[in-house]
Amino acid sequence: MAAGAVGMSGSGGEDGSVLDVFVRKRFSATAGSPAATQETRFALDVRFALPAGVTILFGSSGAGKTTTLGAIAGLVAPDEGRIRLNDRVLYDSKAGIDVDVSRRSVGYVFQELALFPHLSVERNIGYGLRRLAKPERQRRTGEILESFRIGALRRRLAAELSGGERQRVALARALVTRPALLLLDEPLAALDAPIKGRLIDDLRAWNRARAIPILYVTHSREEVLALGERVLVLEAGRLLADGLPQEVLGAPRSETVAQLAGFENIFDAQVVALHEDSGTMTCRLVPPEPAAGRGVDLEAPLARLDSGAAVRVGIRAGDILLATEEPRGLSARNVLRGAVAGIEERDCQVLARVDCGITFSVLLTPGARRALGLVPGLPVWLIVKTHSCHLLRPAER
Amino acid sequence: MNWEALALTLRLSLFTAAALLVLGLPLAYWIAFSQRRWKFVLQAATSLPLVMPPTVLGFYLLVAFGSSSPLGRLWTAWTGHTLAFTFAGLVVGSILYSLPFAVQPLVNSFLAIDPKLIDASRVLGASRLATFFRVILPLSASGAATAVALSFAHTFGEFGVVLMVGGDIPGVTRTVSIGVFDLVEAGNYAAANTTSLVLLGVSFAILVMVYGWNRGAWPRAPWA
Repeated sequence: MAAGAVGMSGSGGEDGSVLDVFVRKRFSATAGSPAATQETRFALDVRFALPAGVTILFGSSGAGKTTTLGAIAGLVAPDEGRIRLNDRVLYDSKAGIDVDVSRRSVGYVFQELALFPHLSVERNIGYGLRRLAKPERQRRTGEILESFRIGALRRRLAAELSGGERQRVALARALVTRPALLLLDEPLAALDAPIKGRLIDDLRAWNRARAIPILYVTHSREEVLALGERVLVLEAGRLLADGLPQEVLGAPRSETVAQLAGFENIFDAQVVALHEDSGTMTCRLVPPEPAAGRGVDLEAPLARLDSGAAVRVGIRAGDILLATEEPRGLSARNVLRGAVAGIEERDCQVLARVDCGITFSVLLTPGARRALGLVPGLPVWLIVKTHSCHLLRPAER
Repeated sequence: MNWEALALTLRLSLFTAAALLVLGLPLAYWIAFSQRRWKFVLQAATSLPLVMPPTVLGFYLLVAFGSSSPLGRLWTAWTGHTLAFTFAGLVVGSILYSLPFAVQPLVNSFLAIDPKLIDASRVLGASRLATFFRVILPLSASGAATAVALSFAHTFGEFGVVLMVGGDIPGVTRTVSIGVFDLVEAGNYAAANTTSLVLLGVSFAILVMVYGWNRGAWPRAPWA
């Protein structure tokens, strides 16, 4: 890029992407706290490209999601990197480009929404339209109030709105400026599922005509699965996976993604036998400590591994069946005998810990628990399908 | 009751409070939002009048106003007379002396604003200056009112700096508090009592108002 063409690269991405992001940032410690421990040190290092439409940025809290959004919006200064939106370079540490936040044409809906408490709904929405003439500003504000069905609230203050209404106003305020990119930071975290669904439908309808990239940040896997769009998995400042939710969360290849996706059972294992004819291999699960049990053999899908190889096996607690009598005539290759070691109530689910030589977590409904009469000490059988055993790449340390 | 002194004191307090609002806003903004490492030095300097004897401040002001200082020479060349023992000199002294009373409430109310609101304003296309006038200032209204009221009240009851810088010239630099001193010295306790009561009453009324605002006792002005 020529130094004279500040802010312009002259072309879009080679792969048709609309937004290219490369950001590196180190946090040595919180400013002013000399007691920087290993935990407070954190480095963000991400590189991704977005097409038009919704992309999910998924990760646990503290993974660097909000920092990534901040860098794109210009609220956080990266140490190095390059950010391109359409044919504009917003940030380039090498070329010394750093477009001011106010000129990036980025819509940002904050997790806290950040509605201006001293302004009415109408004036909140009109806030970003200051440069327009008054009639045009009023026309656009009226239009978006209409399409987000919040026209009746125009004179209210933020404090006089419900959670769902506030969310709509925040979204409308960002969209009315016609941004070239929309950043949503857990925008629906506080909402009920039906309200959430309607708001997402409204957002998709709005974007059909405009086709801008929307980066949707969430830490909830339910939300990822409900949205069903391409998901980027961010953990400890790095992107671990990229794909459709079913691919990424349904069959995770990395242990960190598996934990994020809710794999309660993750074990160290060793391949002890390969069965080419039946398409399986036997993995011996090793207890975390020698005292914790003798270990157990499981049939997992055949992988290109040698006998003796060390692997990690992940099994979702919800994928394990539990029986109080020995089952027969099943397709499942793994039927393990054990005893209930403990039962834990969680919201509207029950988590049973079952000791089969190694302790598994099994998720049940309260109804199933009652029907089976589960109590600690009861002998049970666990049934695990071969394809519920996921081989994981160990977490990078 | 010395009405001349009361009028002069009110005028001095009004001038000082107005000037401090104008000077205090950018200063407080800088203290609240600057990322500079050494900003604590400026914070400390701003708070100096809280702990320094007014006579020390007054002494340095007299030196600064004098013909041996560049500032004094500049003022004399410009106006034809020195700042010492004039009303303008009193205003300058009062501004410095009451500075922390204006800056501190402003800094506090700026820091109480949710930083996300400032980010939101910036992302929505507002410059830093526009963000200040459209978000920060409206949300700091009670802090600004406190700053004005406290600097007014502090100037209203000020004694040491006024005595050092202003002398005691009736109608020019004799304020109410100096009047009380003169009356006591002259043995006129009855008049001293009347004047003192006025000072006490005004100061108390202002503080009641400030504390009322800040606990949200009155959504609007108390008399509305």
